[in-house]
Amino acid sequence: MTTEAKNPFGFHGKIERNVSLLLVLSLIVVTIGGIVQIAPLFWLENTIEKVKGMRPYSPLELAGRNIYVREGCYLCHSQMIRPFRDEVERYGHYSLAAESMYDHPFQWGSKRTGPDLARVGGKYSNDWHVQHLTNPRELVPESIMPPFAFLTSNAVDTTTIAAHLVANSRVGVPYTDEMIKSAADDMAAQANPEADTAGLETRYPKANIGNFDGDLTRVSEMDALVAYLQMLGTLVDFSVYEPAKNER
Amino acid sequence: MRNIVPAIAVSFATLLAFLGAGLGQDAPFRTHFWVLFALLAVSSILMLQRVTFANASSPIIVEDTAGYMDEVIRYGVIATLFWGAAGMLVGVLIAAQLAWPDLNIQPWFNFGRLRPLHTSAVVFAFCGNALIATSFYIVQRTTRARLWGGDLPWFVFWGYQLFIVMAATGYLLGITQSREYAEPEWYVDIWLTIVWVAYLLVFLGTLIKRKEPHIYVANWFLLSFIVTVAMLHLVNNLAMPVSLLGSKSYSAFSGVLDALTQWWYGHNAVGFFLTAGFLGMMYYFVPRQANRPIYSYRLSIIHFWALIFMYIWAGPHHLHYTALPDWAQTLGMVFSIMLWMPSWGGMINGFMTLSGAWDKLRTDPILRMMVMAMAFYGMSTFEGPLMSIKAVNSLSHYTDWTIGHVHSGALGWNGFMTFGALYYLTPKLWNRQQLYSLRLVNWHLWLATLGIVLYASSMWVAGIMQGLMWREYDDQGFLVYAFIEATAAMYPYYILRFLGGALFLAGIIIMIFNVWKTIRGDMAVERAYGAGPAISALKPAE
Repeated sequence: MTTEAKNPFGFHGKIERNVSLLLVLSLIVVTIGGIVQIAPLFWLENTIEKVKGMRPYSPLELAGRNIYVREGCYLCHSQMIRPFRDEVERYGHYSLAAESMYDHPFQWGSKRTGPDLARVGGKYSNDWHVQHLTNPRELVPESIMPPFAFLTSNAVDTTTIAAHLVANSRVGVPYTDEMIKSAADDMAAQANPEADTAGLETRYPKANIGNFDGDLTRVSEMDALVAYLQMLGTLVDFSVYEPAKNER
Repeated sequence: MRNIVPAIAVSFATLLAFLGAGLGQDAPFRTHFWVLFALLAVSSILMLQRVTFANASSPIIVEDTAGYMDEVIRYGVIATLFWGAAGMLVGVLIAAQLAWPDLNIQPWFNFGRLRPLHTSAVVFAFCGNALIATSFYIVQRTTRARLWGGDLPWFVFWGYQLFIVMAATGYLLGITQSREYAEPEWYVDIWLTIVWVAYLLVFLGTLIKRKEPHIYVANWFLLSFIVTVAMLHLVNNLAMPVSLLGSKSYSAFSGVLDALTQWWYGHNAVGFFLTAGFLGMMYYFVPRQANRPIYSYRLSIIHFWALIFMYIWAGPHHLHYTALPDWAQTLGMVFSIMLWMPSWGGMINGFMTLSGAWDKLRTDPILRMMVMAMAFYGMSTFEGPLMSIKAVNSLSHYTDWTIGHVHSGALGWNGFMTFGALYYLTPKLWNRQQLYSLRLVNWHLWLATLGIVLYASSMWVAGIMQGLMWREYDDQGFLVYAFIEATAAMYPYYILRFLGGALFLAGIIIMIFNVWKTIRGDMAVERAYGAGPAISALKPAE
């Protein structure tokens, strides 16, 4: 009774005098939201739509994607088209969850200082990309993008790419043993139109093969980045996609 | 045998860093470990110089371990100011790069590598050091106990500085996870985890040995900030390294799940690092500076539990209209709007604490700074729920409005609250009667306020204009503007934003001067506040 009189807020008086209780209760309170909101997405089957065409990144595309991450492209370019009339008209079909199902990490972005890139693949030529990345203002005078000319002089390490595929397969990307074994060869083949690309094309359908930077003697970071940009948004076959079946 | 264990530990770590530099699997990793090696080698030499082999019973240096442990807080104050100026300088630079892209110097000083440097320097280095320093001060004063853990607080301080330098140099080298506000790679994350656990232990240990029966409200907020940040950091950084001697890792989650995990983290980095932690600062320094008790104890209980419960749910408002399932978006929006109330609970409690003491605003520029912080807190926690409404977000998302919003919070609330707290602490920690100059505090306040106003208003105009230009249709049903036309239209606003940032930076430079003079023990000759107009300005009555 005396404690009641001293402490008009009842139970809370106990919490304020007990560090363990305060610690445990606040931890419980901050965990609830995450459990209710995030955890179900992992087991609800309709979180990711059923689509045709998705495949893991080819070794060259994966290397390009890592350069995209390294240079912080995501800070100015989104890869997430929202279902609005103007966005669909400007960038193409709205983005599906399935389209980033092999993305570790996701690259949806949060800011459009530059345009969305979710479907930039195939919109411009390889040459355009190389020239634009080398000096953006040569092609688009009003552009405020930084130049990335150094990518052409940096070689991509083909010897370690298999380890990257292994790391991806450990977090759930369905790379087969065959894909891992031929990773280095596939990487070189995709940047060389004269190479034997039959194996590459069966393993990675729709892979964009080309001599991206104009130098056949080696695979440069420019080759990798352009190969990645050229495949963005091109995998899913929208002619057989049924939006009504994927209401969430 | 003082300092022998830490000296050996640092020397051993230097050796490991050397091995990492030699055996690293990729070039950025090797360079990064050379940086680490250089840092640790210097630290080893400094630590070895501090080793004493005197007998424990007759120490050469007698250290006072009875009173409060304030030396580490003094270091914290200086580190906060240093990183604050550095982070804001990079901010001004990248603002200039957006207006004048020729300022990009590839590859290390391109916008894409400097922006994480700016955000991390301001959020983690500036605000983080402010939080560690002030929480060490607050927890000692409100429990009347010395910091727990012997030299552990020093480990927290130096370990955290090492984390900052490794994160920052990593960004310039292109080592990043691309998770906003959690960019450092796996090995730097592991290091931060160790430091953070030590921080939690120091804080908890001090609370446990407190000499006050009650745990003061500021400590509730600080404790929940430390614990929640630990949880967020651990989950969001789950990743699979390519090699244990390599800089690259792949996130444990993919696509939509990765996005929601990241923004659960990202939003609550704001919610707990920049809100709960800073409310802890508010609950100590505002009543202290105003010399008034907290307005409502009951309100502090309600808004504390409501705030920490609801904040966690608000993450999905960063993913409106994306491929995240609609139910999660709606849930995020509803909680974001509800969050308005507990957020304002803190502001009301802070403001009402000044009841009966509002006149002090005329004479106390430090209190003025704190009140300005609470005003910006109230404004940005109103703007936040507004922008989380899906219809508003459809316009504001992806635009510079968001950038303006975070800066009115970061500069206005976090910046001013830190400045106010440091202006309060500096004379006390260095045993000075008062600051070198209160007039300079006032200059700092108004320069910084003008800077924020320029920043926020230019970004509002820029953001809304962008959003409207992107969706503008003509009579025939065609899109009116190409994307690049909206980019070109940003030019004047990017310049205004640059100027706003530069004013804010000028403010903190004035502050550094003021703090430096205070530490030296100088006193400016100036007219005191509340002393009325200078005599020469008075005219005799007709």
